Amino acid sequence: MPPDPRRDLLPMSTLTALTDATFEEEINASDQPVLVDFWAEWCGPCKLIAPILEEMATEYEGKLRIVKVDVDESPDVARRYEIMSIPTLVVFQDGVAKKRMIGAKGKGQLAQELAEFL
Amino acid sequence: MADPRDVLIIGSGPAGHTAALYTARANLHPLVLEGEPSSTSDQPGGQLMLTTDVENFPGFVDGVQGPELMTIFKEQAARFGAEYVTVKANKVDFSLGPFAVWADDEEYRARAVIIATGARSLMLGLESERRLLGYGLSTCATCDGFFHRGEQIAVVGGGDSALEEAIFLTRFADKVTIVHRRNELRASKIMQDRAFANDKIEFRWNAIVDEVVGDGKVSGLRLRDTQSDELSELPVTGVFVAIGHAPNTDVFRGQIDMDENGYIDTHDGTRTNVEGVFAAGDVQDHVYRQAITAAGSGCMAAIDAERWLEHEPRTETNW
Repeated sequence: MPPDPRRDLLPMSTLTALTDATFEEEINASDQPVLVDFWAEWCGPCKLIAPILEEMATEYEGKLRIVKVDVDESPDVARRYEIMSIPTLVVFQDGVAKKRMIGAKGKGQLAQELAEFL
Repeated sequence: MADPRDVLIIGSGPAGHTAALYTARANLHPLVLEGEPSSTSDQPGGQLMLTTDVENFPGFVDGVQGPELMTIFKEQAARFGAEYVTVKANKVDFSLGPFAVWADDEEYRARAVIIATGARSLMLGLESERRLLGYGLSTCATCDGFFHRGEQIAVVGGGDSALEEAIFLTRFADKVTIVHRRNELRASKIMQDRAFANDKIEFRWNAIVDEVVGDGKVSGLRLRDTQSDELSELPVTGVFVAIGHAPNTDVFRGQIDMDENGYIDTHDGTRTNVEGVFAAGDVQDHVYRQAITAAGSGCMAAIDAERWLEHEPRTETNW
């Protein structure tokens, strides 16, 4: 059977969703750097980068963990890290925010920005 | 050399998707370079990806969400076999046959090219704007309006986009000040009526932005009165800029004829000065700039390309 040409239009997220309740513990417990994708359902550019982050999560397995936070469902975490624009991507290392990337970007550019953590 | 295609489409707004739909149905197996994610209107799906209610696209009695409309466009073209790659063209050579287009170091070749890269929103061009981007200054009202609940914010501009954004932002903000450099709006009558009737919207006429003020995050706008030249500060925590558009044609400079503002010159429908290269949508239209006119010209480009391919013999160099 030929692949469904619409497969790319129906992304299914496999990334772990962190919340106000779980964020701190998960970020601190990780022995790998963690890339957090702050997003929301209504944000078009967030949806565009979602499939890229899925791909990268697989490619960087064991080196970089990628998770997401819905700013609508978890406003406290978003406020704590002063998220004022989405998507915002924040890299945490040893529980500390090390890098912040604002706005949607292509895969090549994201890979470049993340290289220092791999 | 990469295997040449019949048709390569650059861009994936209403024009690109419609060109893809028509060329796919003509069995021309189009490949669409849809662009790369960004938080500006230069992204897959184009300007409509940053909008909410589209009320003037025929066929949707109750309106439709911009991103949803673009998903439908894409699904419809994909249903007939149009292929999409999420890359942004960064170099073209239209002197070669077949035409060559590069993206992410990958080379694509095609006998006919349809340019549908659209237009992007202009920014103010201030250093303070770049510094505060993402910290109260936003290129995407639909993304970031949420962060300004109960706040006082500003929209810069006086066209339909500015008014649409301002009206949308009143869902969150307590007050939205529209800062406009003239004393009248160029927006459509229906949008003007809605903005004037909205009691959360105020206007600051004859003012241009001298500086976006803020230490770490936006705290205001320094405005210059165009009549008196006086400076004043408008305290706001959010700023959204909608001051007009520029065509996404930097990559085509020197390859194809454009007007002084960078819009691609077209003649006899969607033909450009390079035979076999066609242009559709906002990239060649600074007059109408509507989703429906872009879609219409995408259809025209597909038909023009199809007819051109029929009459252009396949030669050593183009095939």
